[in-house]
Amino acid sequence: MQRREARLAWAMLAPTFLIVFAIVLFPLVANFWISVKPVGLADLRPPAILVNERLRGRPEAPGDPVTIEYRLRNSSQDEEIRNARLSAPLPAGFTPAAAPEHCSLENGGIVCDFGTIAPRWRESVRLEGAVDAEFLKLDDPLNAYPAVTSGDADNILTNFEFTLENFRRVFSGAEFWSVLKVTIYYTVFGTGGALVLGLFAAQLMNESFKGRGFLRGLFLFPYVAPVIAVAFTWVVLFDPFSGMLNALLTRMGVVAEPVNFFGARSIPITLFGLTFDFPLALSTVIAFEAWRYFPLSFLFILARMQSLSSDLYEAAEMDGATPLQQFWYISLPQLVGILSILFLLRFIWTFNKFDDIFLLTGGAAGTRTLTVDVYEQGFALSNLGAGAAVAVVVFVLLVTFATLFIRFSPKEEGL
Amino acid sequence: MSLRTGYLAAVLVGALWGALFIVVTGVLFTLVTGTVSAPPAGAAALAGTVSALLLVSAQEDARTRARRAVAAISVPLVLGLLTFMTPFGLPLDREPLWQLLALVLFVASVAFANERCLAGIPRGAINRYQCELVFTRAMKGIGFAVFTIIVALPFYVMVMTSFKSQQSLLANPLDLSIDLSQGVDSLFRSYVELFTQFNFGRYLLVSAIVSIGTVLITLSFSVPGAYAVSRLRFKGRDFLARSVLLIYMVPAIVLVIPLYAVFSQLGLRNSLTGLLIVYPATTIPVALYMLQGYFRGLPSELEEAGLMDGLTRLGVIWKITLPLSLPALASVSLYVFMIAWNEFLFAYMFLDDPAIFTLSRGVVSLNSSEVPRQHLMAGAVVATVPVLVIFLWFERFLVQGLTAGSVKG
Repeated sequence: MQRREARLAWAMLAPTFLIVFAIVLFPLVANFWISVKPVGLADLRPPAILVNERLRGRPEAPGDPVTIEYRLRNSSQDEEIRNARLSAPLPAGFTPAAAPEHCSLENGGIVCDFGTIAPRWRESVRLEGAVDAEFLKLDDPLNAYPAVTSGDADNILTNFEFTLENFRRVFSGAEFWSVLKVTIYYTVFGTGGALVLGLFAAQLMNESFKGRGFLRGLFLFPYVAPVIAVAFTWVVLFDPFSGMLNALLTRMGVVAEPVNFFGARSIPITLFGLTFDFPLALSTVIAFEAWRYFPLSFLFILARMQSLSSDLYEAAEMDGATPLQQFWYISLPQLVGILSILFLLRFIWTFNKFDDIFLLTGGAAGTRTLTVDVYEQGFALSNLGAGAAVAVVVFVLLVTFATLFIRFSPKEEGL
Repeated sequence: MSLRTGYLAAVLVGALWGALFIVVTGVLFTLVTGTVSAPPAGAAALAGTVSALLLVSAQEDARTRARRAVAAISVPLVLGLLTFMTPFGLPLDREPLWQLLALVLFVASVAFANERCLAGIPRGAINRYQCELVFTRAMKGIGFAVFTIIVALPFYVMVMTSFKSQQSLLANPLDLSIDLSQGVDSLFRSYVELFTQFNFGRYLLVSAIVSIGTVLITLSFSVPGAYAVSRLRFKGRDFLARSVLLIYMVPAIVLVIPLYAVFSQLGLRNSLTGLLIVYPATTIPVALYMLQGYFRGLPSELEEAGLMDGLTRLGVIWKITLPLSLPALASVSLYVFMIAWNEFLFAYMFLDDPAIFTLSRGVVSLNSSEVPRQHLMAGAVVATVPVLVIFLWFERFLVQGLTAGSVKG
């Protein structure tokens, strides 16, 4: 009985396992594999023999001679192809004179065997013959009988050629360390900003008043709307030339010239006589992150606050505790659990975040994080191997963070 | 004599609301009319202060309706006097109606905020409790104003920009008013062009197909899985239930290169089938986690009774468990729908063929220098509206689902 139940359970879980293994766990492993292979975007198209057919001669009457020419080439610049073969049916009404080199004529077609061909190999096969009336009736005799090629080539993804060049490239550039620094700033301040805003918003909403339901719905908008929509809206809003915000700031005399929020790496700011460079684009991107994700922390913190018993607050009120004291000594200690869980989750998700920065700045102006670097290396520079190497770094850091957090975070009611 | 008096609190609070609300109403005025205002923050702060002092100078029981009216009326009087009758830095005959409206809004906000902040605060010395009370009330006021603005403003800009023309956008970026005189055709021109020239009808359809497909596939995979994890006994059950969420921590960007490589070779890359494999894979673990939590909460006696009466396990799930868990199924479906609808990374990486673009992918293709900004914003509106409508419709379900099972990255 029990064994039957277990079997049923596994059967019911099997589809889930299957798809999760295929789409999540397998790629995770495959990513390590790709990171040690010299593979570029172009290598994904396997080497193949390209063929081009042509008819030479202008037959006008039955019995006229024509030549069918097959021009072949290896599409790859550096891969050989084994068992290279061409096979093509002959057009109706065409009688071949003799089989060319490498080729044989069998039941109404031509088959050629070239063995192993070198990279950049080119060859042209000429088949001479004569035509009859039936051939002359065809509009486009060759297209009706397309040639087919085949061959075996090494697949760069599955062969056993390895390299550490990808990792060397990733770590040797001075850029990597600045990317890492930007990632950490972005993750820490983005997470912190979203949590602080969420805590603040939850404090506002933790009492009943008219329009509370409406405001709560409104506050969730940034999180619910598609990322492309809100990211592009921010880009339009902050645009230095046609953006509303810059127009507002300049016309009201707050700034003398439009500020390029997403395009300026840093601007000098003078404070108490000290001038320092303020990383503008990065800060704007962090502000976006905090803006977009505060609703999530807001929801969780609000749910937790509403489950707190009011007895404590009533007692504190009796004893004359001030509002700030009540917040500091009663609310906050009870919120530590949910805050640390939210910090953990948001930290990991912010670290994983790609879309937001990619859409806002494309990683320019000092906002390139590790995840954007994966795209940059893998797709913009067409070096999949290097991209995968950065992805390995992302994954290793992530596992490290998660382990640290789980070890040191307070045990609290699970999510 | 202590400085901590109701008078001082009134001065600070009044100045704060005066300055804050004149800027807010001034900017609102500018956005609605397109006329640039120069809100006089200093004068408004003084007006707010005078009003707050008038209010606080009466003890709590003497703050009659008349007294509050006097305090409110003092705001426009002081502001008008100090700015020589230009409350928004503009002559009164420019957009007089809107100026009046903005002024009324300003006065009402200042009067209301002053009253709320100073309720129960005497004019003389105040204790620490009262002092902090004023402080927290002021912070809440600022919070409401700031949060509402930062959340609503981008959406307002998104919608209004989509109704503008290229010339008026460049001529005055601050003018977000709707010019109704131009007629409906030209008002909705961006939308009409999106649907006629940019094929957005098709993108909308593709997005709907992909999102609904993802929901169906996710449910058909996760319902049996969640049932197994929550009801059946087998080895490794607890480990499984807990590790499911770990899948959710795996960054999509790590998966994208291998999936791109493999899908390219299998011919799945530039196809909706590819998306319909990848999207469910990322949503099934969360859906399973949310559903198993709900299934555990259902009374198992009903199911046992069903088994006794000769139903098979699958019959029990179909006839008893599923009807009981409709609310959970609804919230999981909506949640998965939102994830699939909003997904960007895989759609961007996988789809090259404009015939099968999802909305996310389609809007990105509008982000070029050749396409005017109002088209981009109209595209953003088209992508946002369905998901927001669904969200507002089912908000209760969704909020429960979000907090109960949690989460999206």
